[in-house]
Amino acid sequence: MSAALHSGPVVHSLWTTAASSTDRFPTPHIEYAQLSPVLIIFGVAMLGILVEAFTPRRHRYTAQVVLAVVGLAAAFAAVVALAEKGYGTTKAHIAAMGAVAVDGPALFLQGTILLVGLVAVFTFAERRLDPKAHGRHVDSFAAQGSAVPGGEQEKAAVRAGFTTTEVFPLLLFAVGGMLVFPAANDLLTLFVALEVFSLPLYILCALARRNRLMSQESAVKYFLLGAFSSAFLLFGIALLYGYSGTVTYSGISAVIDGTAPTNPALDNTTGNDALLLIGLAMVAVGLLFKVGAVPFHMWTPDVYQGAPTPVTGFMAAATKVAAFGALLRLLYVVLPGMRWDWRPVMWGVAIATMLVGAVIAVTQTDVKRLLAYSSVAHAGFILAGVIAVDKDGVSSVLFYLAAYSFVTLGAFAVVTLVRDAGGEATHLSRWAGLGRRSPLVAAVFGVFLLAFAGIPLTSGFAGKFAVFKAAAQGGAMPLVIIGVISSAVAAFFYIRVIVLMFFSEPKPDGPSVAVPSPLTSMAIALGVVVTLVMGLAPQYFLDLADKASVFVR
Amino acid sequence: MNPANYLYLAALLFTIGAAGVLIRRNAIVVFMCVELMLNACNLAFVTFSRLHGNLDGQVIAFFTMVVAAAEVVVGLAIIVSIYRSRHSASVDDANLMKL
Repeated sequence: MSAALHSGPVVHSLWTTAASSTDRFPTPHIEYAQLSPVLIIFGVAMLGILVEAFTPRRHRYTAQVVLAVVGLAAAFAAVVALAEKGYGTTKAHIAAMGAVAVDGPALFLQGTILLVGLVAVFTFAERRLDPKAHGRHVDSFAAQGSAVPGGEQEKAAVRAGFTTTEVFPLLLFAVGGMLVFPAANDLLTLFVALEVFSLPLYILCALARRNRLMSQESAVKYFLLGAFSSAFLLFGIALLYGYSGTVTYSGISAVIDGTAPTNPALDNTTGNDALLLIGLAMVAVGLLFKVGAVPFHMWTPDVYQGAPTPVTGFMAAATKVAAFGALLRLLYVVLPGMRWDWRPVMWGVAIATMLVGAVIAVTQTDVKRLLAYSSVAHAGFILAGVIAVDKDGVSSVLFYLAAYSFVTLGAFAVVTLVRDAGGEATHLSRWAGLGRRSPLVAAVFGVFLLAFAGIPLTSGFAGKFAVFKAAAQGGAMPLVIIGVISSAVAAFFYIRVIVLMFFSEPKPDGPSVAVPSPLTSMAIALGVVVTLVMGLAPQYFLDLADKASVFVR
Repeated sequence: MNPANYLYLAALLFTIGAAGVLIRRNAIVVFMCVELMLNACNLAFVTFSRLHGNLDGQVIAFFTMVVAAAEVVVGLAIIVSIYRSRHSASVDDANLMKL
């Protein structure tokens, strides 16, 4: 992809220019050290595939869990080391021939995604919740994904003690894609990273051990809608490429601002704002689908409900972090010159997302669907911060994402504990009186719900305060008012669940609370600790987010 | 021939694909319509590449093909597994989670 070709004044001399300039193609220069988090994750994921191929079945679980934990921890250490060296602030630059940015927001979000992935591995590896099958501990994933639910093949697979240990490499591939997504600095990398993290998630959704029909249904829905939205993203990229003749963020931004060197080959297209506006809208559709903003939220409740709960927790937390990172970079680096065009649209989307998410959540009767709609509402709150278009906007969104992802992971981990004979008891009526029967679990879930609601002393309050403050400073006062109103509506149904758990009589045939292994306990405990620490002493994290809030251009 | 005509064709194919996704009820056909949309994107990319006289668009088209192939692998696996458990690939039959 030679920039030298741009200078050719005659468009149709393309083929001869290309032929004569082959000797001038530069060798790509890749900064391997700065990309080390991504490379470690993909390397460990490949190793995981090899473990699947060459290790005896009985050793695979241990090997995969250890590999995944070590890989994620090493990648997190690499992110911290890069940040220590100043790549987040003074040495921020664009690596890999303009494809990947190494800067504050990228490193902050990568660190968050890696920690979320690490906690998710703990919930994936949980094997004490389901009753033993044929004398073996089983996890939340199907014995054999390809077997027909309830068929002979599945029974044989359960008898033989098969487990789907492939979930760990799949998780790592998804994490790898998510690391690249918020750091992508050209539209092609953005698209490839989107697919790299989406495809493993589609498969993970289909792999539940219980309720397999629902799980497969959620995977089909997620896949078809996800592929549909990424086609929109790709056509948007094509139009932006058509408008500007390049897919790098800085190149497109320069063409929009009119500071790019004039190129006669572009005269026809750069004058054509339709290409730019339609392309921008379609790229935004693709990204807003991934964050689950109204009107592209239709997949969230079904997928969140049908997917295995550990996967739901991972997906709800990490996808949101990655997708908001990419959206921020796109709007702040590529399109600051277009802000008067996209801000009104984003206003509308944010208002609709906050109101629809909060209002529809009130009518839900299933815990997982309730959390899904609450995640839609939260997407709206985060969008309010995105719209601020200044440094405070970025730092508040970074902080909110970090706070929100741990609350979500913890909440879904608690959902895996409340079980009856058919697996998880997710219907809200089954949760009645849970606080009488198992006060600790109910109290922990209560903490997460209060954090979702944004009650002071939890991370949710600090996050919401930061986001709304940034939005108000950015001149979006109506947005803040609507945000506070929908927070109040949302608080109603969070509190309703708490009232249901603590102030109603437990049913005689109610669900039991499984005693988890230290893995899930650790995940939940981490969620509580992060929620309380970020709520009681948010300043350190706010400062960190503030330091990390400058995009490299 | 004016290269802009290829852009009109790409937009038309994309629209046909999008309409197909919304209208057709068989998961396989819906998926084929998504592939049609991706190929419309490819046509747009190579046309813009020709218009601009740089090669970026053609390289992106290759990436798109690889991504589409990977998507086929995952998508068909999911659709086949749901077909085997329900004996139907209709997206209307998958309605366990309606309110």
